[in-house]
Amino acid sequence: MLAIIKLECVRGERRLFSNLSFEAAPHTLLEVRGQNGSGKTSLLRNLCGLLPPAAGAIQWCGKDIYTIADDYRSHLAYLGHLSGVKDELTASENIRMSAVAAGLSASAEQIDAALIRLGLRDFRDSPCKALSQGQRRRVALARLCLSVTRSLWILDEPYTALDTAALAVIKDLLESHLEAGGIVVLTTHQEVAITARATRRVELGQ
Amino acid sequence: MNDLSLTAALWTVGSRDLLAAMRHRADLLTTLIFFALVASLFPLGVGSETALLRLMGPGVVWVAALLASMLALTRLFASDYGDGTLEQLALSPHPLTLLVLAKIGAHWLASGLPLVIIAPLLGLQFDLNADAQLVLLASLLLGTPTLSLIGAVGAALTLGVRGGGALLSLLVLPLYVPVLIFGAGAVEASAAGLGAGAHLSLLGALLLVALVFAPWATAVSVRIAVE
Amino acid sequence: MTINWFRYSSPASFYPIAGRLIPWFFSAAALLMLAGLYISFFVAPTDAQQGEAYRIIFIHVPAAWMSMFIYIVMAAWAGIGLAFNTRLSSMVASALAPTGAMMTFIALWTGSLWGKPMWGTWWVWDARLTSELILLFLYFGFMSLQAAIDDPRRADKAGAVIALVGVINVPIIYFSVKWWNTLHQGASVSLMQSPTMAKPMLIGMLVMALAFWMYSIAAMLMRLRAIIIERERNSDWVKALKERQS
Repeated sequence: MLAIIKLECVRGERRLFSNLSFEAAPHTLLEVRGQNGSGKTSLLRNLCGLLPPAAGAIQWCGKDIYTIADDYRSHLAYLGHLSGVKDELTASENIRMSAVAAGLSASAEQIDAALIRLGLRDFRDSPCKALSQGQRRRVALARLCLSVTRSLWILDEPYTALDTAALAVIKDLLESHLEAGGIVVLTTHQEVAITARATRRVELGQ
Repeated sequence: MNDLSLTAALWTVGSRDLLAAMRHRADLLTTLIFFALVASLFPLGVGSETALLRLMGPGVVWVAALLASMLALTRLFASDYGDGTLEQLALSPHPLTLLVLAKIGAHWLASGLPLVIIAPLLGLQFDLNADAQLVLLASLLLGTPTLSLIGAVGAALTLGVRGGGALLSLLVLPLYVPVLIFGAGAVEASAAGLGAGAHLSLLGALLLVALVFAPWATAVSVRIAVE
Repeated sequence: MTINWFRYSSPASFYPIAGRLIPWFFSAAALLMLAGLYISFFVAPTDAQQGEAYRIIFIHVPAAWMSMFIYIVMAAWAGIGLAFNTRLSSMVASALAPTGAMMTFIALWTGSLWGKPMWGTWWVWDARLTSELILLFLYFGFMSLQAAIDDPRRADKAGAVIALVGVINVPIIYFSVKWWNTLHQGASVSLMQSPTMAKPMLIGMLVMALAFWMYSIAAMLMRLRAIIIERERNSDWVKALKERQS
């Protein structure tokens, strides 16, 4: 259960949004919409706990996320603009190492399954600098397959640079996560129909 | 989150950096060549009188090690910051202080330890005797981890900041002064027949102080950088 | 009766208070400075060993004291700003830094001026001068880091980290430089080494130190007001203030 109470965000000298309140219960898909520069990314970084808000509070199960910091992060999976994929490492090394650093378990079978699911089987052992933009994005998204134990997914523009096949996989991943009781918060400019028990929209910059 | 998963995470963070460093061996080599080059410039500047060189040797090797390890610092966080790995680390449920400590450890193994290993070669250029060489090795072994620890704070603070490299040296070099004094002092003291014990224990004390404070300050700085 | 201190910790309410305090601190600084200079030039006796040249300690020593003291105070305010997220304390730290750097510079400069008649050179690697030099670099590091970061809150926090790391290091640096100095040169003549410090000398130095202290507070408050106006220029109260003035 994620609750946002009277959140305000100031970047530099601009107040991006203020007095923003909403809640997201399990099974909820929360879409954050708005023009470029309306503060979507900042809001997601607020929610992750990367960017302390200028005012207001963010609560997870009734507790402020900054007081339960490490505990909150063990419920969280975040995918930002930067994919966190290292050029020097192979696709499977990237997935395994980022998962373990994030405190997730990653067996060889799980990693192989994730690679296959995202159509990266042939690139398993090739260094990521040889991959295309979309393929790197898939490597980053493959981490989500290992994050099913994390109930809150926060995704910044998850659909960019993906082809239709990958898009279908992501849609599938999100839907099964929502069905299992997860919460997904995402920003997007694309219309992708995700079936969820509850879908909410937050419009920024109005 | 159990201890096993923390150990695995620390091990993974360290080995990921080592693996990446091994695949960029040329960078490591550049640092080493820089180290040797700086030390070789001094005799050209002050003349090749053996007595003078013997006197200057420890200080020169230490200053060169200081500059080389500072040069390597930019690699500690920069690529992780650029590709988003750093914010993923900041979002790990494991304590960030320990995760950065693992990174600093890997960084020292990849860039500090090689300096220590080739230092005796530079010692030969300055005609240091066997005892002095041994003390030089010991002082570098105790001192360079402290340099990496202190430097990590500066490296994290200057992430994504204008004029990063020059600013980093301005922040970090004054803090290196005690390490330089005790490191070079150890070799000089042993050459003067005073015994290097006191200097080496002070270097060890500095290392302990740095181990307590630096990872914490680095973790705070990383959180500031990924805001 | 309890006073709500947080009321004064908001930049908007502190701005006018600072304005009212500045003249008092400046006058105190001027009066003390006059008294201190009078004592140091006319009351304090000529030193038996060092002649008249020693009188520079009335500037040098208070400046050296202030340079270290201001660094500690600056780090403390920056640390409070980092820990409790109070904007005003971070601004105080930024406002203190240039004054601290100036005091360090004065200490170095007067030390060097004194060195010429005493040692015959402008610069000697004496323990005190060397650690003052490194302190000057620490001040420069703090100020350059803050200047290089555009976002003021991030600049505050980053500055706080480097100031705190510096403050842990200052005693270590001082100790190490002193150790290095005794090893290399043996005991050298020091500015403070008068065997018996005459009472008027001590009083003169204390009065001058107090004068420097008052001046530092006044200068800090002036700079603080400038920082407050700059950072809050888009807020309603600054706009209202501007309208009232024009």
